[in-house]
Amino acid sequence: MRAFTQLDGLVAPLDRANVDTDAIIPKQFLKSIKRAGFGPNAFDEWRYLDRGEPGQDCAKRPLNPDFVLNQPRYQGAAILLTRDNFGCGSSREHAPWALEDYGFRALIGTSFADIFFNNCFKNGLLPIKLPAVEVDALFELALATPGFRLKIDLAAQTVTRPDGKVLPFDVDPFRKECLLNGWDDIGLTLRHAENIREFEARRRIDQPWLFAQ
Amino acid sequence: MPKTLYDKLWENHVVHIEEDGTALLYIDRHLVHEVTSPQAFEGLKLAGRKPWRISSIVATADHNTPTDHWDEGITDPVSRQQVETLDANIREVGALAYFPFKDARQGIVHVIGPENGATLPGMTVVCGDSHTSTHGAFACLAHGIGTSEVEHVMATQCLLQKKSKTMLVKVDGPLGKGVSAKDIALALIGRIGTAGGTGYAIEFGGSAIRGLSMEGRMTLCNMAIEAGARVGFVAVDQTTIDYLKGRPFSPQGELWDRAVAYWRTLVSDEGARFDATVEIDGRAIQPQVTWGTSPEMVTDIKGQVPAPEDFADPVKREGVARALQYMGLTPRTPIEQVKVDKVFIGSCTNSRIEDLREAAAVAKGRRKADSVRQVLVVPGSGLVKRQAEAEGLDKVFIAAGFEWREPGCSMCLAMNADRLEPGERCASTSNRNFEGRQGAGGRTHLVSPAMAAAAAIAGRFADVRELP
Ligand code: SF4
Repeated sequence: MRAFTQLDGLVAPLDRANVDTDAIIPKQFLKSIKRAGFGPNAFDEWRYLDRGEPGQDCAKRPLNPDFVLNQPRYQGAAILLTRDNFGCGSSREHAPWALEDYGFRALIGTSFADIFFNNCFKNGLLPIKLPAVEVDALFELALATPGFRLKIDLAAQTVTRPDGKVLPFDVDPFRKECLLNGWDDIGLTLRHAENIREFEARRRIDQPWLFAQ
Repeated sequence: MPKTLYDKLWENHVVHIEEDGTALLYIDRHLVHEVTSPQAFEGLKLAGRKPWRISSIVATADHNTPTDHWDEGITDPVSRQQVETLDANIREVGALAYFPFKDARQGIVHVIGPENGATLPGMTVVCGDSHTSTHGAFACLAHGIGTSEVEHVMATQCLLQKKSKTMLVKVDGPLGKGVSAKDIALALIGRIGTAGGTGYAIEFGGSAIRGLSMEGRMTLCNMAIEAGARVGFVAVDQTTIDYLKGRPFSPQGELWDRAVAYWRTLVSDEGARFDATVEIDGRAIQPQVTWGTSPEMVTDIKGQVPAPEDFADPVKREGVARALQYMGLTPRTPIEQVKVDKVFIGSCTNSRIEDLREAAAVAKGRRKADSVRQVLVVPGSGLVKRQAEAEGLDKVFIAAGFEWREPGCSMCLAMNADRLEPGERCASTSNRNFEGRQGAGGRTHLVSPAMAAAAAIAGRFADVRELP
């Protein structure tokens, strides 16, 4: 996993609540058995005017000029600003894969759906929860200021606005550590392999019916 | 200290706890399907890791499989590749059970687990699918997980989790005629919103829940994720135990007695404290219909489509306006005047035998309206299908002009050929009415099986309690 330490990135505002993972990456792209290459189909139904199917050359498809991420000023954005309950719906990890492949490294919003939130951390994508007043203010600034950027410092747990205002955010210490170091969960968990084996052995005795062969 | 059921389930699975409270939870059952597993199997192989405990894995192909012309196999090459990849992975790695495409016991992953007794009380159950919450009906801690976590569970038999807060949703009083578990779920989501359960583990209790069959409880727990909760569950009672007796992977003989003795402890203790409680009067719940593009956009059958100006919050107002535009609905239209083009009866929410019986009871002796283009009935599994046929339900559906299909996810998410065309309106027993969920541009209204059948007959949403 790619480590996340600091980021100074262009902000793209997606002013909608309840953006679901079907919208982030529609199901027809879930047929891929790969992990990469979902970026061109992120937000596919909103982003293009034609119907998206796997295997198309997205560079040749007609873009929807009304979709905010298609505006020239937001090209190259690394931070997605969003509203309540972003990432609700299906557990598909293709959603963070698509966002990451698109070029996003961090998401800022008031709340994130639980499974999606979790999936982000496994993919080097940092979801940041801020109070609604701060998110409102960021939307205003982002819309009013072409080239609006934010600085994110994970170690310090801060988002810094161009006017110098610092917005602190919370992050789980364990997740923070993993993200800062780019650690892979499996390797970390396997440090406890002995514990797991012991636990399992006890369980086989206490609840043997769980171990049908 | 009295404990909640959640506390008990949690404590029974903690292998290790980090200082910040992140726990390593032991996973008893890992359900696997073709869509969210290929990258996990590949990751495992690349890292040179082996699955920790193969006997925890139960797998099936469901999302991509066609529901008709099984003799032709899977014609879409991309879908076929995904299903064949699962075949190959299971062949290589192994599993407690695998129900591949066309197997007599194949079906939707959340239907086959319980009906085979592969979901047992007190288990942790995971699957790379958000509706894994379904298995909570058996007093399981059942989580939907992402693909990285699928790989993590395969490699370590554990999942990293933080303990949730607890919410008791208490539904009392007998349900009215024509009101089912689906209506409870939708009414709850209408009340607390799709983020209302975020961060909580929901226990469903109260006399209306106790009165539900296991099928009904599964429907309810299935929808817990649509209320934002990762897990939803119901305590063990005699209904749970009766359901499990004699299932293929249920314990037998002396082990059965030991298991039952343990399962009976899987209830919240008297006086246990919950972080939040929501009380719902079961008697007041009416048949529900969603009108928008989120399950919380719901009203009862006697209600009407709202207007954006009914909502004070500007983000909500904007969301409602966008939903109405997408759904092609005019504010203040009574729900009963909304016509449907298609009807879908199926999905892991409502494709079990009881759901099909409820739909068939409405369809019996009636015919679908001519204006309704298609009514799909898709059983949740091969076993459900055979049971329904043994009861003659297939004949009832066919006589009513409905199509009787092979099992699978089908038009719940339209990864196979079953889908809505742009602008088509569907009464669906599935769980998500998001934009494009059942086909690009398709318009989904979530309802119970009985209400779906009633819509098929009337050609519009109709109160199942008043059918002529
Ligand atoms: S029936 Fe629908 S919700 Fe259930 S597992 Fe299949 S696609 Fe997911």
